[in-house]
Amino acid sequence: MAERSFAREVQTLRLRAGEVFEGEAILAVTKALLQAGVSYVGGYQGAPVSHLMDVLADAREILDDLGVHFESSASEAGAAAMLAASVNYPLRGAVTWKSTVGTNVASDALSNLASAGVLGGALMIVGEDYGEGASIMQERTHAFAMKSQIWLLDPRPDTSTIVDMVERGFELSEASQTPVMLMLRIRACHMHGSFVAKNNVAPKFSIQDALENPQRSAARIILPPATYAQEQEKVVTRWPAAVRFIVENHLNEMRAGDLEDIGIVMQGGLYNTVMRSLEMLGLADVFGKSRIPLYVLNVTYPLVPEEFTRFAAGKKALLIVEEGQPEYIEQSVNQFLRKADIQARVVGKGPLPMAGEYTGAVVSAGIKSFLAEWAASALAPSAPLSSPIGVFTERPLLPIEELRKAVPMRPPGLCTGCPERPFFSSMKIVQKEFGAVHVSADIGCHSFATLAPFNTGASIMGYGLGSASGAALSGGQGGKRSISIMGDGGFWHNGLTSGIGNSVFNKHDSVTVIVDNGYAAATGGQYIPSSRADLKNRKGRNPIEKAVRGVGVEWVRTVHTYKMQEGISALREALTTAYKGPKVIIAEGECELNRKRRVAPVLKRMAQEGKRVVRQRFGIDPDVCTGDHSCIRLSGCPSLTIKANPDPLRRDPIAHVDNSCVGCGVCGEVAHAAVLCPSFYRADVITNPSAWDRLKFRFRTTVIEFLQRRFDRRLARIAAEPSL
Amino acid sequence: MSALPIAAITRPITLTIAALGGQGGGVVSDWLIHVARRAGYLAQATSVPGVAQRTGATIYYLEFFPLAGLPADKSRPIFALMPNPGDVDVVIASEIMEAGRAMQRGLVTARTTLIASSHRIYAIQEKSHMGDGRADSSQVRALAREQAKRYIEFDMQAMAEANGSVISAAMLGALCGSGALPFAVEHYVEAIRTSGIEAASSTRAFEAARRAAAESSAAAAPPTVSPTERTATRAFIPAFLKERIRARIPAAAQDLARQGVRRMIDYQDVAYASLYLDRLDSVAALEHVGSAGVALTESVARGLALWMSFEDTIRVADLKIRTARSKRVLQEVGPSTGQLVQVTEFMKPRVEEICGTLPVGLGTWILRSKTPRRWITRLTGGRQIATSSIGGFLQLYWLAGLRRWRRKTLRYSQEQMHIVHWLQLIGRLAPEDYALAVEIADCQQLVKGYGETHERGTLSFDAILADVQGRQGRPDAADRVRALRVAALADDQGIALSRVLTAA
Repeated sequence: MAERSFAREVQTLRLRAGEVFEGEAILAVTKALLQAGVSYVGGYQGAPVSHLMDVLADAREILDDLGVHFESSASEAGAAAMLAASVNYPLRGAVTWKSTVGTNVASDALSNLASAGVLGGALMIVGEDYGEGASIMQERTHAFAMKSQIWLLDPRPDTSTIVDMVERGFELSEASQTPVMLMLRIRACHMHGSFVAKNNVAPKFSIQDALENPQRSAARIILPPATYAQEQEKVVTRWPAAVRFIVENHLNEMRAGDLEDIGIVMQGGLYNTVMRSLEMLGLADVFGKSRIPLYVLNVTYPLVPEEFTRFAAGKKALLIVEEGQPEYIEQSVNQFLRKADIQARVVGKGPLPMAGEYTGAVVSAGIKSFLAEWAASALAPSAPLSSPIGVFTERPLLPIEELRKAVPMRPPGLCTGCPERPFFSSMKIVQKEFGAVHVSADIGCHSFATLAPFNTGASIMGYGLGSASGAALSGGQGGKRSISIMGDGGFWHNGLTSGIGNSVFNKHDSVTVIVDNGYAAATGGQYIPSSRADLKNRKGRNPIEKAVRGVGVEWVRTVHTYKMQEGISALREALTTAYKGPKVIIAEGECELNRKRRVAPVLKRMAQEGKRVVRQRFGIDPDVCTGDHSCIRLSGCPSLTIKANPDPLRRDPIAHVDNSCVGCGVCGEVAHAAVLCPSFYRADVITNPSAWDRLKFRFRTTVIEFLQRRFDRRLARIAAEPSL
Repeated sequence: MSALPIAAITRPITLTIAALGGQGGGVVSDWLIHVARRAGYLAQATSVPGVAQRTGATIYYLEFFPLAGLPADKSRPIFALMPNPGDVDVVIASEIMEAGRAMQRGLVTARTTLIASSHRIYAIQEKSHMGDGRADSSQVRALAREQAKRYIEFDMQAMAEANGSVISAAMLGALCGSGALPFAVEHYVEAIRTSGIEAASSTRAFEAARRAAAESSAAAAPPTVSPTERTATRAFIPAFLKERIRARIPAAAQDLARQGVRRMIDYQDVAYASLYLDRLDSVAALEHVGSAGVALTESVARGLALWMSFEDTIRVADLKIRTARSKRVLQEVGPSTGQLVQVTEFMKPRVEEICGTLPVGLGTWILRSKTPRRWITRLTGGRQIATSSIGGFLQLYWLAGLRRWRRKTLRYSQEQMHIVHWLQLIGRLAPEDYALAVEIADCQQLVKGYGETHERGTLSFDAILADVQGRQGRPDAADRVRALRVAALADDQGIALSRVLTAA
């Protein structure tokens, strides 16, 4: 089960023609795929496109009715390779992933797919993880489109436009025999909007048809001499066909305006930001009427030279609003205009920054600066901005520097009850014993261990590549060993071969920790081959240990993360054993978010049915805690926090467990393992106690309260006896 | 606000939710979309959850436009996907510092209604500090009042908890109650109801917050910071000790001295309180020797009380078995009727702690021995003691009873030696360099915690005291001690401290 249940959203996939779809754009895309008669869908989860995979996984019934094949691919490379079905058959296929990391992984298959060309429409929905909220390095998908010749759609963030571009994308792909990418930025993916639905369409040509009548063509194989012919085909037939389709179907939009001397060209995805900036400058209304002529590129690759020369004709200057670097579009426009001998100046990077997200403030500043040079009269002081409930009067912005000091940073961290926390605490404790060791980190929730308070991990090279990225540091001459981290998601993605298999083959004297929480947790809790649930359409319960031993690892220890002593002993042994080969520690502990979703309803039902249920939580005695916060430095649990010291003599705040505690037990384990302090207590709350529980409780309480009264009397006596 | 002159509407209403991952900002956003649609508005919401959904700071952004305000050609407004500085009507922050972050982004201007929950969720850097790393929210509050059109602040978290709900419901209530949005109460209530889960408790929290926000106004008094529950020991102070404090301790330090005396009685007995006052008296006497204030007496009154009530196993057991403690645990855990609560303690005494509780001779001998020490070591290790069971309670009860023998224990003699050494140094320094003496007094702050933490603190303390020998008389001596003390609290590996120590 994914982090979110899409039971409700799935129903929106059934909407019929004329009904209104309301919801997230990434779900609208899912509906659009069904409306376009897609035959098969695959992909690999990752923000911001995880929900597309999640909703399809929950929509098996609808997909079966339409005869659509769906699977969660092993990796983005697997997903891209799946599009091979469209090479020889008129099957529409769609895959999705997070870009550019997923595109990197997929790129082997993508190059071959693009070279072979497609018969059926092949569409890749890529979530452009760029700017605020991104979790990866900042690069552009655009480069991949250009190098492999894949068309790139960047629709303006309007649900209807996005939905329409999905269908157009398939048509464009078929018209030009070229795979197409449809890129959606983070905010656009999560944008909540609406569109008028069409009926779902069962594919005209079914997968069964393909199986019954297998086709092949030597011209579609990636071997010479076909590859040379394919390259020619790309530029001689496919490219012109694409340009023709784009022009004839008006995929890009041109808007007139009275300030004819200038114009703004933008990536479709930035349209709303540009429009709001113009509106704030008094140069447009909120409905899209602009005084400056606009050219909106819903297709950012290939560009259409004729459209550019038409738009630029007679203008003094164009502003290109293109996010990210290098500035591929701006470079091309310069070339188009030069070749056509059109003298309009091309302005882009300069007034607009070369790198970084194009936020409203950035775009406004860029447009202002462009206008100041090329149309100063348009920049007349505008009336104060107002919304129905407020008027905007310019006022100096805040002393931001001052606030930056006052407002603490909030890096992401592991959730309350996360089973990875005790293992990273164990690593911290072991490093106290052995001194610091080199740690190669990986991608997943465990990446957060590189941040405070664990500060563990020196590099992150890619999903499942934790072990591989420690390869050069795996051949020590005795002495210290390095540790690599890998998640179970990354393990199945590629880590089993690139990391574990490789360390066996190359005889690494290394330690790899595989964090086995049962899900691809960081992307929203999707199932993976080692998930322990009973899966309906897939086969889980494939133990990691079996796979690890299967590729030849001899030294394997499986530990439960909550038993910190186990983890500490395993780490200690792995770092010191005389055994020279690769050492793998599998650190098990189910993802708490998913566990809670699985277990909480069951416990609630049991409690309602009158069954005995024990809930645990932790607490701290405020008079025993001295306010050193060692426990926090070793754990970092969100529910382990601080509060003002109730003791009038002490000044430092004390540790405190708030109500979000799930009673995972890591506090007690840490206090024990690190010899910390006796302030922690665990409270077991028994709902529907048994008669025996109640009897025992009554007896104990009577005795304890008697002793407590005696003790209190003794305290009073001491206070009254000055002679003592 | 519900009757807007529609003809005047040319721009969308803009709203930003500043929240932390996991707080339900997305739920508020979904509710608002439903509220707006019910009220006849077009609505668009966006967010950037990403990694921020794991406890990081994140933003949700919404825009609304009335259907009735659409132009004749039925063209639709183009909604922005992110807030623009200076163009936000309402900002609601789920925590006060997030209101600060919104201001930092320029989202709060003279047209903005800013609503914030006053409670703090401490960031990891604040929590993991070895002393007090809490950032000060008063600066944010002051700027919010100055910058926003209207600033509403109350503790939405507490309000939600009091109603058995979560903060998202209270946030929606605050938005409704603020009157900043043109939607009617029914629309909100309906949105919560149709969203299904936990509708009853959500509605209660919504209602409470709605009223709180409606009653609050721009001129509202500063929010009352919830008074921290003070667990000051209520031990009674014998008259002759009260008299001694009045007669001998400077007025400004008397309150602390009384707290100290209470602590000593609670910790040991009246005689121990007398010893405390004897020691404090001698420091108070130094105040007349060329000093301006009573900083030294204050610092020593505090530090001496804490030090003399060092946390040995006897003290921990003593605190764990009291009636008041049982009550506090129940209050914190909050069982409902019919539920039973069992309490388990996590103890891990080391050989040092066990020997510290033995008589000086025996304890010292075991620590220095081989076989007996190994034998005792076998008794150490993680121990879970159920204080709600009779056996577990009796163990601690017996241990707490050792209080009467405390003066004979090894730990007691060690701590007293340290205390006397510290006081002697203060006594020697004060007449020549009062500021330095105060700094040394303040160093007691470093000696706290248990086990290794206590050992590390003691090492830092000793290192600073050793450093100060030979630097007396230098004008920068006090500054140096202060720098060393701050460095000792900068990290728990002594890195900063040794850097400052070696920078002579």
